[in-house]
Amino acid sequence: MKRLLLALLLLLAPIGPSVAVTPDEVLDNPALEARAREISTGLRCVVCQGETIDESNASIARDLRLLVRERLVAGDTDEEVVQFIVDRYGEYVLMKPRTGGANLILWGAGPALFLIAAIGALVYLRRRSQAQSEGEKLSPEEQARLDELLGDRG
Amino acid sequence: MALVLALGVAVVQTIVPFIGAQKRWSGWMATAVPAATLQFLLVGAAFAALMHAFVTSDFSLRLVTMNSHSAKPMLYKISGTWGNHEGSMLLWILIVSLFGAMVAWFGEGLPPRLKARVLSVQASIGVAFLLFILLTSNPFLRLAQPPFDGQDLNPLLQDPGLAFHPPFLYLGYVGLSMSFSFAVAALIEGRVDAAWARWVRPWTLAAWIFLTIGIALGSWWAYYELGWGGFWFWDPVENASFMPWLFAAALLHSAIVVEKREALKSWTILLAILAFGFSLIGTFLVRSGVITSVHAFANDPERGVFILLILGIFTGGALMLYAARAHAMEAKGVFSMFSRESALVFNNILLAVSAIVVFIGTIWPLVAEMVFDRKLSVGAPFFEAAFTPFMVVLAIALPFGAMIPWKRGKVGRLVRPLVPAMILALVVALLAWTIQTERTILGPIGFLLGAWLVGGALTDLWSRLGRGAISGRLGRLARLPRADLGRVTAHAGLGIIFMGISGLMAWQIEDIRVAQTGEAYQVADIQVVMNEVRQEEGPNYLTTMADVVVSDENGERIALLQPEKRVYPVQAMPTTEAAIHSGFWRDIYVVIGDPQDNGGYAVRTFIKPFANWIWAGAIIMALGGLLSLSDRRYRVAAGAARQRAGGQGQQGVPAE
Repeated sequence: MKRLLLALLLLLAPIGPSVAVTPDEVLDNPALEARAREISTGLRCVVCQGETIDESNASIARDLRLLVRERLVAGDTDEEVVQFIVDRYGEYVLMKPRTGGANLILWGAGPALFLIAAIGALVYLRRRSQAQSEGEKLSPEEQARLDELLGDRG
Repeated sequence: MALVLALGVAVVQTIVPFIGAQKRWSGWMATAVPAATLQFLLVGAAFAALMHAFVTSDFSLRLVTMNSHSAKPMLYKISGTWGNHEGSMLLWILIVSLFGAMVAWFGEGLPPRLKARVLSVQASIGVAFLLFILLTSNPFLRLAQPPFDGQDLNPLLQDPGLAFHPPFLYLGYVGLSMSFSFAVAALIEGRVDAAWARWVRPWTLAAWIFLTIGIALGSWWAYYELGWGGFWFWDPVENASFMPWLFAAALLHSAIVVEKREALKSWTILLAILAFGFSLIGTFLVRSGVITSVHAFANDPERGVFILLILGIFTGGALMLYAARAHAMEAKGVFSMFSRESALVFNNILLAVSAIVVFIGTIWPLVAEMVFDRKLSVGAPFFEAAFTPFMVVLAIALPFGAMIPWKRGKVGRLVRPLVPAMILALVVALLAWTIQTERTILGPIGFLLGAWLVGGALTDLWSRLGRGAISGRLGRLARLPRADLGRVTAHAGLGIIFMGISGLMAWQIEDIRVAQTGEAYQVADIQVVMNEVRQEEGPNYLTTMADVVVSDENGERIALLQPEKRVYPVQAMPTTEAAIHSGFWRDIYVVIGDPQDNGGYAVRTFIKPFANWIWAGAIIMALGGLLSLSDRRYRVAAGAARQRAGGQGQQGVPAE
């Protein structure tokens, strides 16, 4: 029970209250700071539950934010900064998974399913709209019966 | 113990009416009604007992000790009943049995065999979850030595928004169990007709309304409680509630086609199964902690496996039944490619595929790790990229779909009345474009779509009012079928949500700084001064509270905001209470952070345009659902069915 409680606390601790990006982290150069924020929102805080380092106030998130800013000040491009972090922490830190390898399934599933569903629906709709003309036609038996009835009358 | 008795009753309710329905023994079938009532009363008694224990802080119950505290405010003592794993599962069962009992009480017009089967399926869900609770998560475990006081509820959950969030979500999740039970009963029966759809649609609609409100409450809570004003995180637990919502939305649209046109039958049945299947998946994701996230507070493999088993048996079983029986559902309606039916098919594709995209994104980290040995994350950027396009297409198509006639439509006659709505949308988008400077194009696009939806809904309404003078049209407004009003309202609500989300995401302004007391600073066009910071004591927490005055450019005071930073000593956990000045056009959102070494406090100030539109839109959407639910035809249908006295005869359903 105690262990569970501790786990609970650990689980919830990262979404604490204090502001994520603290004023002392902010870079003087607003253009660089904006890029840093942009990069931060795409990187995951590795100890948190699905939070980005931009939102988290865990100490590792703070370290990463500082690292991102350090690299930017050193003149890295955005891609180089992200690669720098990924090289150290693995692709787990990327909030937006890359498209390579098996991730093709992840990215392709939506469009592929949509295509399949759309084709299926088209086939179904065509059948429905053609059912009309078939429905209006009489089957041979019906036609025969009709002829018979008409014949009786005539 | 009441729960064990309830289990027994539920087992009886599962088996006896089912056999009765198979053999056409009316006596056996009739047992379902008192059994459903009894089951509800027993579960209700258990729930009341648990709630009583929470209210009176009976710490001899393990659950109360772990989740409550004598100093906690009464509201949270009550909400504490379901603010934990065991209690929330009990609430789940309570709602399952409540819905079952409601069918028993109000389902007089249902064909007796269908009713017996529905109640039987519903009871079997009850059996499964009662077993689950008794075997793995008994809320009534006693402590040998009751402690002096409890360990308190997680402070993040001590909040009015979250107090009512779970009951609404559960009403939604479990409401879908009704659609599921009806679907399975219809499969066993081997027939689906307009009357069936008329019975299923209100239940689905009700479930959808509850889900809408539940999700909106959760999102609103996240907005003001988590301290940076995010409203949706694509967190697995949120997705767990969003997927059933999408399926329910698809289902309630496709049920219209079954009701009015007797087509899409097997698809509707499949959707009903999937919708509840995803509710169960949602329960599994949340309750098993398999994808740990902020909300997942149970972490026990035993429970996860049990829920997975329930999920497998119900969804798998229903799908097998579906595979065996679906061919029996033959479509009757005939319609052209360009018709309301086709539009609703398109709606269903978009909603179902987008729900599956959310599903794949949610479980992908799990799959990648197990199958490909890659540890990766799927976060908000993925969902924004992969999910949003479907919603954009949906928004473009919706106003056309809502107005296109059944059976066969004409392009010209459909488009012409919508031209003013298109112009309105373009003007709004251009306006948004000119006001904003050098910001993302997403804002204007969102407003284009939102205004298009609202304009389309208004056009829809206008065209429903017939022809002639304005006074004549207004006179007809009151006599319009509620279903039409509901549709228009819900669609307009969706448009408002679109504008709210895009406005907030595109035009938010954020300011982070160390604020010294008494020192004014500018954020966009408002002035902010932090006057005083003081320590205070709440009923079960300590707080650091600041007085922050915000004023407009001319120095006129807008509001006094009091952001707080609380510490709950029992759980040793801090929370932020953001102070928000809500306005029609924008929210001013202030958060106080830690004291700084060289004096002052870290303060974050946000200007969040159109934030309220998100929840207002959700409420309007739910209201639209409610209007539709109150439509005469459901009551008339119930009455007419009653007069037919168990008649299964199906009447011709006029296509509008």
